[in-house]
Amino acid sequence: MELQAVLMAAGGGSRMPDLTYNTPKPMLPVGNKPLMWHPLNLLERVGFEEVIVITTKEVQKMMSTDPKMKDVKMKLDVVCIQEDGDMGTADALRHIQQKIKTDVLVVSCDLITDVALHEVVDLFRAHNATLAMLMSKAHDFTETVPGQKGKKKTGEQRDFVGVDQSGKRLLFMANEADLEDGLSIRKSIMRKHPRMHIKTGLVDAHLYCLKKAVVDFLADNKSISSIRGELLPYLVRKQFSKTTNCPKSKDDADDQTQKTADGSTNSTELLICSRDEPLLQLAQERSCWNDHRGDMSEAYHGGKLRCYVHIMDQGLCYRVNTLAAYIEANRLASKLLEEPAVHPSAVISERCQMGPDSIIGAQCQVADKTSIKRSTIGNSTTVKEKVKVTNSIIMHGVTIEEGCNIHGCVICSNAVIGRGADLKYCLVGNGQQIEAEGEAHSFHTSTFNMLSLFSPPTVTRGT
Amino acid sequence: MAESGVTDGLCNTDDIERSKTEGKELTKEEKQRLRKEKKQQKKNKEKNDEKTSHEGEKKKNKKKKEEQPAGSASQPPAQPSPKAVPAPAPPPPAAAAVPVPASEAPAPADKPAKSKADLKAERRARQEAERASKGKKGDVGQPAPTGKLKAPPSELQPVVKRLPEHVQVDNPEVVKKLAKKLERQQIPLRSDYGYKVSLFSHLHQYSRKAPLTQQLGIPSTVIHPAIVRLGLQYSQGIVAGSNARSVALLHAFQQVIRDYTTPPNEELSRDLVNKLKPYISFLNQCRPLSASMGNAIKYIKKEISNIPSQCKEEEAKIKLLNCIERYINEKIVLAAKAIAKYSIEKISDGDVILVYGCSSLVNHILCEAFEKKRKFRVIVVDSRPRLEGREALRRLVQKGISCTYVLISAVSYILPEVSKVFLGAHALLANGYVMSRVGTSQIALVAKAFNVPVLVCCETYKFCERVQTDSFVSNELDDPDDLIVTRKGKTQLEHWQKVPSLGLLNLVYDVTPPDFVDLVITDLGMIPCTSVPVVLRVKNVDQ
Repeated sequence: MELQAVLMAAGGGSRMPDLTYNTPKPMLPVGNKPLMWHPLNLLERVGFEEVIVITTKEVQKMMSTDPKMKDVKMKLDVVCIQEDGDMGTADALRHIQQKIKTDVLVVSCDLITDVALHEVVDLFRAHNATLAMLMSKAHDFTETVPGQKGKKKTGEQRDFVGVDQSGKRLLFMANEADLEDGLSIRKSIMRKHPRMHIKTGLVDAHLYCLKKAVVDFLADNKSISSIRGELLPYLVRKQFSKTTNCPKSKDDADDQTQKTADGSTNSTELLICSRDEPLLQLAQERSCWNDHRGDMSEAYHGGKLRCYVHIMDQGLCYRVNTLAAYIEANRLASKLLEEPAVHPSAVISERCQMGPDSIIGAQCQVADKTSIKRSTIGNSTTVKEKVKVTNSIIMHGVTIEEGCNIHGCVICSNAVIGRGADLKYCLVGNGQQIEAEGEAHSFHTSTFNMLSLFSPPTVTRGT
Repeated sequence: MAESGVTDGLCNTDDIERSKTEGKELTKEEKQRLRKEKKQQKKNKEKNDEKTSHEGEKKKNKKKKEEQPAGSASQPPAQPSPKAVPAPAPPPPAAAAVPVPASEAPAPADKPAKSKADLKAERRARQEAERASKGKKGDVGQPAPTGKLKAPPSELQPVVKRLPEHVQVDNPEVVKKLAKKLERQQIPLRSDYGYKVSLFSHLHQYSRKAPLTQQLGIPSTVIHPAIVRLGLQYSQGIVAGSNARSVALLHAFQQVIRDYTTPPNEELSRDLVNKLKPYISFLNQCRPLSASMGNAIKYIKKEISNIPSQCKEEEAKIKLLNCIERYINEKIVLAAKAIAKYSIEKISDGDVILVYGCSSLVNHILCEAFEKKRKFRVIVVDSRPRLEGREALRRLVQKGISCTYVLISAVSYILPEVSKVFLGAHALLANGYVMSRVGTSQIALVAKAFNVPVLVCCETYKFCERVQTDSFVSNELDDPDDLIVTRKGKTQLEHWQKVPSLGLLNLVYDVTPPDFVDLVITDLGMIPCTSVPVVLRVKNVDQ
């Protein structure tokens, strides 16, 4: 077997609390399919037959009842972990170390992309890399986010990614938070790669191909708890460290035997270096290929640990971890899905105007004289007469009474929108009720705000 | 033999042709047939019909038996006269008789549709008898099942071979056949890219940006992951150079053998060979196999088939792994040492040696000679688009050898300084021609004009039974986009595909005639170019 897929679906969705306080993030509907269905679909399309899903008990329960998840034909091996949030992604990987028999492909549950996966995996295979990851140029989100005033906060920490001339080899990775004194690059790296491109506007897709030796290394080094935050920068730094560049074959053999006995970091570090077998060495020596030119060193500068990145220029790549991303993903979900936009079991009356980029879920009831444009409507939702829904996301089990006007909103499951309500850029939480004739603009409702919408008078500019 | 009693002239030639193609084993059958033909002397035309229908039937039956492609045999006039082209060796010629158009071409062109049913039955009975006897003898005298061996020297007939698939890309039937074969083996077909120059339209031309892995599933189950990795490395040029490719191939085969388990009711010796066939097709699709790789594959297949059936799987696997190690050790590593030893005798102090491109063997020789304290300097000649000379330059300068670097356009300028030319080879053909990186024949030509000795260094495992006198008939076309270069931000050839009269040609190999080569240094010693067939014959007898 070549690669084992691992889907990380235990994340909390801490950046969009309004959506996730009731529904766990992996099960949020995007295009009427649960969020985790999208990466699973990507893996299935590419040819995977089994996936290890690391998730919480709650999500597992929801997965077993969701009809869309039954569409997934791959064998899902669900591993449950505690929901307390202490377990990082690397901890989760350590937890399933026994199941990992070959190299792994780690995917995050909130990744929606149409990347040609072979581009990432080819880098991993061809260069015998230890790490291959996917990044994408960030797109600005154009839709107005409910409840947000003005532009997005620019206080977010930037990621600095340094790649070599070809744009494939990953030389440097750091987050702004870690660079207090400025960005410093070691001289040894500059000597080996005099031309480095440093990019900041990239989105990390959280899709990683890791060698099996890395998982074994994690098992020994319990201090690393997050793949993105700690393991990756460590691997990128280790590419150029002196110990990994001049191991002799005898030393390797000795260190291998004393791996667990010796607690020092030396032996565990050497475990990562892929020990090229002598024949492979011979082939590389005889081959007249070099990945760089201009200096006296051999291919890869003799380094055994290599990290590669594939940066997508075109195509979709979204990580749905903020509200803005969620809305954007819903907009584009109809492009990704191959199913018809309107579910066959939905009952739609004839005098309803539906735009081509709307998605209607199963068992919906849409009455006369409604207008639905650029929206996603979930399963079992009832939309009564004379309702105008534009640019909105309506989840499952919602009831929208007559005469409502909903624009740019996100309405979570089981909400009830009273008659004649006029909502613009609002976020209605789970199971909330908007009174009849209520008007709201840029408002978030959740359990905390329910009280303020009791009476019909207009309410503007909430939290 | 056949000449004596038969009066029908046409029958005569047919018999002779047939006897030539079918070998001396059939003299008994010949005499039988002659006797019967004497009886039916009166009906000349019918005999013609019989012969042609007989051959037609024989051909058809043989085709069914051996699954030989029917395409070329059924259109003898359309076939590009295979006799004229000294064709590279074809797929397995099976039992000694090759039902070939050549034997048909002199056959009478008139094949009337009528043929008596009883005569047909008689013919069929005779055919069965022939086939039974041929089957027994054919297996014994059969050469190794794959690849490019000529008919064993004991037969001594001009057996005409079919052209291999990779030089018939412009023949849609051959392409269709290949597509079917790949489909059966579950390997995706790589499509050709870009406009091909008309002289080379019979060869494949692939683009590096469209790797074969695009069409494969990601955790590759059909093809072993080591082979997928190898194919990728070939197509991207990470493993380049004849020796490197062979070593990498054998390493990948080692991994395949390690991971192999014999399915129940199967024998390792037969099943493993069948498992390797799709892998070889896959590698061929990624990049056409080199002659050295072909020989290595032949060796492996032979070793696998020679495993006795009572051998246990573990033992067999260990045996095979050891065979592979031994092969690499003997044919590549030790051969390099032997060649270096011979070559050092030819390098004297004060020499100025010219090398072309990056040949692992030549680099090894020069490094060894330098370590043995010979005083010489090297001129490295390089050419676009591969610019492999830079890698050679790096390796030599790292050792401390003083080098000069020129491009091939300056070779006639630099040659008066040169005392010897050392060239590496991709393969040595049976007629003494040297197949090597494109540009080698030019260097040899200019060196000949300047009376500079040209020495070719080549291990014996790269000797190949093919025969080629020009670089057109069989070559490799690399990605034409490699020729595009960006200088000062401008890429002139960026939209070359839009210009209808423009074609980019990126050849990889060329052949150098033996007149330009003074000496070939092999691990068997220093031989002239024309002794290659002798070496091949000796090798065949050994194996």
